[in-house]
Amino acid sequence: MASDGGVSCLRRSEMMSVGIGGIDSPPLDVDEVHVLAVDDSLVDRIVIERLLRITSCKVTAVDSGWRALEFLGIDNEKASAELDRLKVDLIITDYCMPGMTGYELLKKIKESSSFRQVPVVIMSSENVITRIDRCLEEGAEDFLLKPVKLADVKRLRNYLTRDVQVSNGNKRKLPEDSPPLTLSHDSSDSSPPPSTLSPDSSDSSSPPLSPVEIFSSPLLSPLDDEDDDVLTSSPESTPSPVRRQKMRSPGLD
Amino acid sequence: MDAHVAQLQMQYRNYILSLYQQGFLDDQFTELKSLQDDGTPDFVAEVLSLFFDDCVKLVGNMARALDQTGTVDFSQVGANVHQLKGSSSSVGAKRVKGLCINFKELCEAKNYEGCVRCLQQVDIEYKTLKAKLQDMFNLEKQIVQAGGIVPQVDIN
Repeated sequence: MASDGGVSCLRRSEMMSVGIGGIDSPPLDVDEVHVLAVDDSLVDRIVIERLLRITSCKVTAVDSGWRALEFLGIDNEKASAELDRLKVDLIITDYCMPGMTGYELLKKIKESSSFRQVPVVIMSSENVITRIDRCLEEGAEDFLLKPVKLADVKRLRNYLTRDVQVSNGNKRKLPEDSPPLTLSHDSSDSSPPPSTLSPDSSDSSSPPLSPVEIFSSPLLSPLDDEDDDVLTSSPESTPSPVRRQKMRSPGLD
Repeated sequence: MDAHVAQLQMQYRNYILSLYQQGFLDDQFTELKSLQDDGTPDFVAEVLSLFFDDCVKLVGNMARALDQTGTVDFSQVGANVHQLKGSSSSVGAKRVKGLCINFKELCEAKNYEGCVRCLQQVDIEYKTLKAKLQDMFNLEKQIVQAGGIVPQVDIN
């Protein structure tokens, strides 16, 4: 039974694959679309994850706006400036969430220099025109009415791959002296042939990116039993130690 | 074809159709089923299981919120109703969702008796659905154990 955990608040240095399911997820490939899904409902998180996985996206699912910001490193942007940037191609968030609404999250993302170019899609069960307009005006890419269906996600996927312009700030960068990365214990997937520079890299002096970037990671720690302390978590709190979230997507590899 | 398997499959088809016809399920359930494949054979079961866990939790919250001697915090009740409406919508639990829509209005009207009655209905409804779906999953298991394949049921 998947537990209602928050998210893996993975420190950058311990970031393994950001796919769901921990060990069994293939490593993140810079060519693969990585989606950050934000929804306080566990049921909805599982469903959206499945929808995204079917459309060949890597998914990280979190249960609140705060955790999303924490994951992106927006809440302590100064600190993360030295660290590797995350590759997030799309953020899809529920509108109605306790603590921080999807709209507020959208605003914070658009205020962030690293992530403002990432398309943000809002989901809502309510078809309120003023709400939709407000989100679009704030820079949301699209607005999905719940319950979300595969056709909706496929539509997103289509315009995403067409328009993906990964900005420099949003690209994975490794410190030049980092050791060559090795595959994690899951090597059942054949990884794609390495390419040196990603096509979008416009800075010729930046170090070549490895296509498969796995940081060495500790063994999966048992999942902490915790509540959704969405309402109590705040950006000022020190980042929690690694909570490896097992987003037990049922039956998935 | 094995007659036993064929009979089970027919039973299954009829059962599924009746669940839709009686309004227990809607097209979102169909959608969920379409997301399941050989690689994820337990997807629907697990999502439904999480949904029913949600039901227990939220109904509990609502019962506590309505069990105040003194002023009832209807916005608290409403917040839980909103969550239940969301998850029931996401799994295609049509009757539960319908009740939640009524329930929301009752909360907004601060209709205490109405809320209490509606909560009782919600409680009955989700438990009924749970039993029905358990029967459905059991039928699936029987079909597979008899060596057959669970048929895709065309609702339309």
